[in-house]
Amino acid sequence: MTTYDFFQVVLYLAVLLVLVKPVGSYMALVFADTPNRVTRLGGGVERLLYRLAGVRADEQMGWRRYAIAMLVFNMAGMLAVYALQRLQQWLPLNPQHFGAVTPDSAINTAISFITNTNWQGYGGESTMSYLTQMMGLAVQNFLSAATGMAVLVAVVRGFTRRSADSIGNFWVDMTRGTLYVLVPFSLVMALLLTSQGVVQNFKSYVDVPVAQVTRMTETVKDAAGNPLKDAAGNDVTQESKVTTQTLPMGPAASQIAIKQLGTNGGGFFNANSAHPYENPTPFSNFIEMLAIFLIPGGLCYTFGSMVGDRRQGWAILATMLLIFVPLAYCAIGAEQGGNPALHGLAVDQTASALQAGGNMEGKETRFGIAASGLFATITTAASCGAVNAMHDSLTPLGGLVPMWLIQLGEVVFGGVGSGLYGMLAFAVVAVFIAGLMVGRTPEYLGKKIEAHEMKMASLAVLVPCALVVICTAIAVISPAGVAGVSNPGAHGFSEVLYAVSSASNNNGSAFGGLSANTPFWNVLLAVCMYWSRFLLAIAMLAMAGSLAAKRHVPPSAGTLPTHTPLFITLLACVVIVVGALTFLPALALGPIAEYLMSAH
Amino acid sequence: MSRLLRNAAVMLLMMTVITGIAYPLVVTGLAQVLFPSQANGSLIEKDGKPIGSTLIGQSFTDPKYFWGRPSATTPQAYNGINSNGSNLGPTNPALTEAVKQRIDALRAADPGNTAPVPVDLVTASGSGLDPEISPAAAAYQVSRVAKARGLSVAQVQAMVSMATSGRQFGLLGEPRVNVLKLNLALDGH
Repeated sequence: MTTYDFFQVVLYLAVLLVLVKPVGSYMALVFADTPNRVTRLGGGVERLLYRLAGVRADEQMGWRRYAIAMLVFNMAGMLAVYALQRLQQWLPLNPQHFGAVTPDSAINTAISFITNTNWQGYGGESTMSYLTQMMGLAVQNFLSAATGMAVLVAVVRGFTRRSADSIGNFWVDMTRGTLYVLVPFSLVMALLLTSQGVVQNFKSYVDVPVAQVTRMTETVKDAAGNPLKDAAGNDVTQESKVTTQTLPMGPAASQIAIKQLGTNGGGFFNANSAHPYENPTPFSNFIEMLAIFLIPGGLCYTFGSMVGDRRQGWAILATMLLIFVPLAYCAIGAEQGGNPALHGLAVDQTASALQAGGNMEGKETRFGIAASGLFATITTAASCGAVNAMHDSLTPLGGLVPMWLIQLGEVVFGGVGSGLYGMLAFAVVAVFIAGLMVGRTPEYLGKKIEAHEMKMASLAVLVPCALVVICTAIAVISPAGVAGVSNPGAHGFSEVLYAVSSASNNNGSAFGGLSANTPFWNVLLAVCMYWSRFLLAIAMLAMAGSLAAKRHVPPSAGTLPTHTPLFITLLACVVIVVGALTFLPALALGPIAEYLMSAH
Repeated sequence: MSRLLRNAAVMLLMMTVITGIAYPLVVTGLAQVLFPSQANGSLIEKDGKPIGSTLIGQSFTDPKYFWGRPSATTPQAYNGINSNGSNLGPTNPALTEAVKQRIDALRAADPGNTAPVPVDLVTASGSGLDPEISPAAAAYQVSRVAKARGLSVAQVQAMVSMATSGRQFGLLGEPRVNVLKLNLALDGH
């Protein structure tokens, strides 16, 4: 690893940590129960929205009503995104005249975007009209992130409220998260991105003459789109000249801003943040990485602030960093080491002042190794799933790190809101384990953790794990599942494992060689995304409902303090042990086997 | 129940208006005023017509041009509307084979140059549209381009320097050379 590699990570962490407190305390005001200077600022707009929608803002909801409102709202969003994709050929803002998206791809994409996964089976610049991108996909980028934040603050209220039968109002939480956090942050971010060269317009694509005319060979297809064969059974090909290049356009910056900030990850263009119009410079890359952790990091502070003990928030953040930082350096180190398969060839993979060196397949020159490896770990630690390098081409260990971070349950920063409520489920498990050791009823944040809470926390921890293991098994024994695999050997299995892990933890990144835009994969992954997202959220809301009803237990001599290095270590160990025990066998068949084969 | 459905439907509609219409329109308006060139694709223009973008690479295979990163887009390299990487895994024999062929092509275009090839010049970029190569990859090609154009190495070297940018703010990313800008400069644009 080079000095520059090392310091790019240090700078990133330093800027992030400086921003955690201001962003976190701002969000604490946004989600506060009492009116304050932030909520008064947009009070007029809020009241208008509530009046139009018939929302009673002062109504307090129990966990069931909260969960039902959340589900109904998300289902409405799913229907809207599905309808937009199926009808886009008749709707405006479709300058490239794209046709309707197929039903299986449309339902996959709709579920993908409402669950904050943003798995993409399609290529943006060749499939979706500007209208579908703006009014369907970008809207759900906001609303799925706002839903995550809403569920989180409801869960935190479970800890803070005493002998209460309610955990807040979903409509108010969702609206405030959108209006006060996501929209203003995105606006600033979008302008910063445009300044670097991210496109933002409503023009049709631009044709330019190329500087050097080149030739291309294309397979000839018949009217039905099947390749024609000659007498010997080979594909018929034709040579043609390439004299122009088509440059894609569109309102990209506005969508990329929220895609990063909302840990969504669905690219405007197929190559996602590797595309020069989506991520043109090292600085745009830096702020895109910063945006991914900004809200999940800030929410740790918000959490501490809401429960009245900021140390609790810092402890959770420290746990996340304890897992994240070593893994980030592992991934960068593995990529900088280069690809052993090229050692026998006349290729220079050594880092120097003139080149990044390392494994550059699937990476962009402007990012090199450090900014690509760091992005890969950030986007998978958080459930973002945007990529600035092709994960399928990462070295075996460089690819293992992102895959395992996803499998840890997306709790190391994780999704906006969902990462922290996932981590709180692990915290409950951790205090329970500590309680078992000393034979006391465990407490967390002044609430007794009993059978019901443990059931819900276990459900939240185990549902994604079960989905990954079961659905990977289904995929590898189904011919339709294996048909999508593009790389041979252990790496092919990694493609399947990564896809199912990504969907079942609402990440959305992929080992992109897998051809997943088929009915089998679209349906399987849609099932994973849907159940993981909503079962987890409902389990956590149910836990919050039961916690809110409990009395506060003052800490005693036997209470395990949950802000100490001891607890931070314990919590990190619980996360790692669950992730390692569940997935080591599967990882051994994929990236670990590939590593052993390539390192001979 | 009917109240709940109304809550959801109207909220979704209002949020669509705010985040799906108002927000992108405001961003577009501000971007077009503040950063018009960037917001419209950082186009390079000649006689008022676009001839490329500084951000989107083009395919070069002629010895008199600097070659960019190999591109895995289909059906042709550097296809602007089908951005993609190769997605070849590190142990895939197809990757090793592709790299071998690229080395052979570079050597065929520049007989006598037996230096090891900088890795970015023989591996496909993530987007297939990477506009840049490393300074090492440019240095590897300087003598070939100079020979093909009848220029001195120093002249070509000077043009490479002009198309080179360092790490942003001295720390971020990597130093790099913009291939299209460099080739257009060589062609006298």
